[in-house]
Amino acid sequence: MSSRDYILGRVRWSLGRGSFERDSCESLEARIATPKSNLIPKRGQGDLKAQMTLFVKMAKEVNATVSRLKSLDNVPKAVAKYLKEQDLGTAVRLADHADLQKLDWSKLDVSTGPSDGDDLTSVVMAYAGVAETGSLALKSGPDSPTTLNFLPDNHIVVLKDSDLVGDYEAVYGRMRRDSNSADFMPRALNWVTGPSRTADIEQTLLLGAHGPRKLHILVIEDHG
Amino acid sequence: MKLDSQNFKKNAAKALKDDDLQSSLAKLGTGFPLKRLAAAARLPEFEDLRDQARDIKDHTLRHLDFYLERFEARVQETGGHVHWARDITDGREIVHKICQSVGAKTVTKGKSMIGEEMAINEYLEEKGMIPVETDLGEYIIQLRNGPPSHIIAPAIHLRKSHVEEAFRKTHTDLPKDRNLDEPEDLLKEARAMLRKEFIAADVGITGANFMIAETGSTVIVTNEGNGDLTQTLPRVHIVLCSIEKVVPNLDDCATLLRVLARSATGQEQSVYTTFSTGPKKDGDPDGPDQFHVVILDNGRSRMVGHETHDMLRCIRCSACINHCPVYQSVGGHAYGSIYPGPMGSVLTPALHGLEQSCDLPNASTMCGKCEEVCPVRIPLPQMLRSWREKQWEDGPVPFLQRTLMTWWAFWATKPKAYHFAAKIKIRVMGLLGRKNGHFKSMPMTNAWTQSRDFPAPEGKTFQQLWSEKGGRRS
Repeated sequence: MSSRDYILGRVRWSLGRGSFERDSCESLEARIATPKSNLIPKRGQGDLKAQMTLFVKMAKEVNATVSRLKSLDNVPKAVAKYLKEQDLGTAVRLADHADLQKLDWSKLDVSTGPSDGDDLTSVVMAYAGVAETGSLALKSGPDSPTTLNFLPDNHIVVLKDSDLVGDYEAVYGRMRRDSNSADFMPRALNWVTGPSRTADIEQTLLLGAHGPRKLHILVIEDHG
Repeated sequence: MKLDSQNFKKNAAKALKDDDLQSSLAKLGTGFPLKRLAAAARLPEFEDLRDQARDIKDHTLRHLDFYLERFEARVQETGGHVHWARDITDGREIVHKICQSVGAKTVTKGKSMIGEEMAINEYLEEKGMIPVETDLGEYIIQLRNGPPSHIIAPAIHLRKSHVEEAFRKTHTDLPKDRNLDEPEDLLKEARAMLRKEFIAADVGITGANFMIAETGSTVIVTNEGNGDLTQTLPRVHIVLCSIEKVVPNLDDCATLLRVLARSATGQEQSVYTTFSTGPKKDGDPDGPDQFHVVILDNGRSRMVGHETHDMLRCIRCSACINHCPVYQSVGGHAYGSIYPGPMGSVLTPALHGLEQSCDLPNASTMCGKCEEVCPVRIPLPQMLRSWREKQWEDGPVPFLQRTLMTWWAFWATKPKAYHFAAKIKIRVMGLLGRKNGHFKSMPMTNAWTQSRDFPAPEGKTFQQLWSEKGGRRS
């Protein structure tokens, strides 16, 4: 008997039944095909302004820094300012995202594509932001390499306020709607809440374990 | 790690005298529990979320076969592979074969309790590969060649001087006079050393906190980002998980994630929560070419529907461990199992058999704190009690203990005789102890009196005092 049959058979035997009848599967199939949200905390359920205030507060609490910009066009300037303040040089690695590529980066030393580990700073677009915990959703794909989220020391993420929602469930709902097929998940969906950290040495909290040491979020407020 | 639970008493006695360990444990006792309390207080829905988290796991376990099959089908549809392992021998061979098929030399590893259960590092080393733990705590533990002592803070028993010693011994290419006084220095060195490993690795192995039947995704939760580098950079990503980790859909997972980090470290959310679905897709600029999920049983299917069924709800947050007065006193190694604390004392006998771990269900004060903080409301004390009963019925109980317990049970089941005997005993003890107010030693109570005095009773039993005050109901 294969291990698969052994394990599933064992589970059924322990549950005191055989495999499922077609009918009893329907409610289970529905739970998978049309998921319903469970309890969602009230915290993130305000209007856009309240959500933005909460998002910024929560992100700062976990040691991210946040700048609020009026327009996407201001991003290169804000990145240059941040690099200067933090003394991080002028080189940035950009995600190949239409919103970023159309901007004027002439003041900085930019290149585009995934990271091989030699980049100090990356700039990527967030798929969404969640007010509840100040978390960013980053979806892997041609316009969003996963390596840019983990290899560079400094991670700069651009979030449009039209992509800010209250809770994780809203992001999953949007992903399901955007794709309209069962294959809506990217290879990697990275939820990022603050810069990398560890407390493995004497329970002392230290930032910058293996991932970025700094997380800087540029929020674009052109809808609010 | 080889199971060493039979030596619990000996190891616990040793742990109580270990000053380094005791100072780490003192810090733990005020760290995680207070942070959890603050996080729970900030979220008014926390208790309701715990109920829902429990219900989600209960529902899934009742239909475990269905959700596992659905998960498998979805993984295959996204281009991944699912392997079923009935025991650890099976699991190790599967992992080895995958590594072999791509000629792997270096294997990076994110933290995985299933990996610990399989002792996968030792096995891959035997087969000539170099497994490298990348979670900082696990890396330190691996360099020191010892087992983890906590399921989410594996190196919690160590001081920074231990870490420095391990780094100096291993990183011999670095200048001997470098400064490693501060935790920051140690982290910087580990980051640089492991960065090379991440990039060189042929295969990356991670664990999984959840498997999602809706999408065929596996989910890891980390703070360091090591799990993400482990799965993104090599050509092959292997996920080690066990049958009870499956949940129906993303929304169910969101609910569980809301209680996981808060219960564990008191964080609102862990820094990185990553959903991995299949290998690299068309057009993806990075990610692995192969995605394998190894689903381990190792005795869990036997737990379904039986006394320890509810234990399968466990999401490995470690809240029960962090709050346990026994763990806080003796640390993780004393338990002799990779799963310490209350959850371990329930799970280890279920996975390895009670004869191998008969002291564990007794390593509890039954204070009930573990159940109070468990995010999925596992009735841990009740389950420990059920192991004790089982042990009494057909397990190994020392002759003297069995005789005394039988004798006590004889009296305890006859209230009139018991109260009469207790009255006499308390009277006698009251008279004998009147002078000092305590006893320095008494027959058969050596374990108590060798470390503290036994207070002398004042001469009357509680029942007597109660009835004198007119408290008796009839």
